[in-house]
Amino acid sequence: MVRLVANMLQRSSGPAETQTGNVVLQRVTKQFADHLAVDDLSLEIVAGEFLSLLGPSGCGKTTTLRMLGGFETPTSGTIYFGGQDVTDLPPHKRDVNTVFQSYALFPHLSVADNIAFGLRRKGQSKTEARAKVTDMLDLVDLAGLADRRPAALSGGQQQRVALARALVNQPTLLLLDEPMSALDAKLRKHMQIELKRIQQEVGITFLYVTHDQEEAMTMSDRIVVMQQGRIEDLGTPRSIYEHPGTAFVATFLGASNLMAVTALQHSGDLATISLGGGQHVSVDASALPPGVLAGDLSVGVRPEKISISAEGAAISPASNVLTGQVRVATFTGVGNQYLVATDAGGEFTVYAQNLGDAAAPRTGERVQLTWPIAHTFVVRSPKLSEESEATL
Amino acid sequence: MTERNSWFRRHRKTAVPYLLALPAVVWLIALFLIPLVVMLVKSLETCSPITGSCEMAWNWSIFHLEWSMFHKQFFTSLRYAGIATVIDLLLAFPIAYFIAFFSGRRKNFFLLMLLVPFFISFVIRTIIWQFLLSNSGIVLTVLRDLHLVGADYRILGTSTAVIAGMAYNYLPFTALPLYVSLERIDSSILDAGADLYAGKVMRFVKVVLPLCIPGIFAAFLLTFIPALGDYVNQQVLGGISNTMIGTIIQNLFLVNANYPGGSALSAILMGVSLIGILAYAKIVGTKSIGEYL
Repeated sequence: MVRLVANMLQRSSGPAETQTGNVVLQRVTKQFADHLAVDDLSLEIVAGEFLSLLGPSGCGKTTTLRMLGGFETPTSGTIYFGGQDVTDLPPHKRDVNTVFQSYALFPHLSVADNIAFGLRRKGQSKTEARAKVTDMLDLVDLAGLADRRPAALSGGQQQRVALARALVNQPTLLLLDEPMSALDAKLRKHMQIELKRIQQEVGITFLYVTHDQEEAMTMSDRIVVMQQGRIEDLGTPRSIYEHPGTAFVATFLGASNLMAVTALQHSGDLATISLGGGQHVSVDASALPPGVLAGDLSVGVRPEKISISAEGAAISPASNVLTGQVRVATFTGVGNQYLVATDAGGEFTVYAQNLGDAAAPRTGERVQLTWPIAHTFVVRSPKLSEESEATL
Repeated sequence: MTERNSWFRRHRKTAVPYLLALPAVVWLIALFLIPLVVMLVKSLETCSPITGSCEMAWNWSIFHLEWSMFHKQFFTSLRYAGIATVIDLLLAFPIAYFIAFFSGRRKNFFLLMLLVPFFISFVIRTIIWQFLLSNSGIVLTVLRDLHLVGADYRILGTSTAVIAGMAYNYLPFTALPLYVSLERIDSSILDAGADLYAGKVMRFVKVVLPLCIPGIFAAFLLTFIPALGDYVNQQVLGGISNTMIGTIIQNLFLVNANYPGGSALSAILMGVSLIGILAYAKIVGTKSIGEYL
């Protein structure tokens, strides 16, 4: 009874809008002795979703995962599980399970005992646990390997055991710390689909940490892009790919052609952007970040959105056009890749699908690059400090 | 010549490991296997106490004779070595645990501290213990001054002194294999234990302890076996009442010049410890003891 009241009190002290089952990080900061790993991060993980934390190494994604797992305590900020404050709760008292990067299977226990470990610690009987272990082994396609030791399994099988060992406890939140980094590319592709299937089957919230943008795109309902301990962008894979929030996201998530904006002029629903060399492109006015000066903006387009043709060819309406000269043309089998020096200054990368056209532009030829206005995005320019770092 | 060279070249890969093992094999044969056979042969000989000349007599009854004379000291040795080993395991485990998990950057410093006693000879270390435990030594003086013990309380010459000395001398042999086995435990495995609802105690019982069983076994062997045959601690710190089998064997060889008797007793000691270890290994069921020795 007392506990119930305490729970209710804690519940009411949580964020008011939180749904049951959602996991909330509220202004979480983690300061290590020599660096700031996570910097004032707030995030709500919706129950049942597959959310990826994506970012380069050292961006704070693993630290965030470890704080959710209870392996690290935030320097400041609060973590709620379904409205309950768990910030200071040790890992063994949290309703969270983890698939570790190295799998961390218990080498002295059989596959079945590894999977049953959590259930047994929670006080379930051997027979009770055994039935669940069998179900889990079926789910991850490892039936028949129950009595093997982890050392006798392949990397992919070990990973499935690690997944089963975590999932069998039916946690509120499952944490996955780059679990595929040790698998070869082919197996990784297979496991991505497999993992998505399992997640949909069990309906548990997955938080997946990775530095592989393709992996994050393939599996996630939503992606959080992190850099330097902060959230750079958050959204569905499609939304952050098509409309990246920052220059970092535009280049980290796939490739982008970015150019500095020199001037900006509104004309109805569109805005005209001036680039170097007297060139102009148009963009939907709604795509402009509010309250930013033209000089701080960059305009971008994805390489695969651009069609390349000989200079002077007909242009479809609602398109942007830039002219330039082909620097490098490479044939990649599935397509052609071009590096084009534009008349606006700067180089554009263009991917053209191999549709069997014989008249692919060659190195040195003058070309025009066209793409729909809708595929043009505008982001804040990369910070000056970053640029100077890059040139050093 | 060229033929031989090409033969060597072809088999070099397979030959190299054997060549590397050669010095060790020669060493084992010359200094262990041959003396062992000599000892076993010697135990069956009969020697004249006057001339010292020996001849083969196939005297199997010597084993029975020596056993019936000295089995009491034999059991004393087993008991002392056993107690000292248990004390060492209990003392060394926290030390090894600390160095493996909590020493951080000073790991090497602590390991060195553990090995520092080895820079002083075994006998000298034991003699210093004799000095410490003597009736006018620092230990008893302090205890007497604090009125914790009576004026006629003695440590030297008692079994306590012998066991304490052995426990002290063999502690590093216990701590090092334990350290190695604990150090190997990946911290992510402990994280996994915590992640799967095991608190501190359960993590220790269900994860740490099972993973360092080979280390415990190695520590036991490296402590118990030398302690069983030890005679220095007993001679320096003990008295007549707590004579160990090592002292008896030493006396048979060096004082009484009874080579067959000493050899027979050595053979019994070896046989019994071997059987004991094999049984123990079977129970503990370790396949990877070799990794820790």
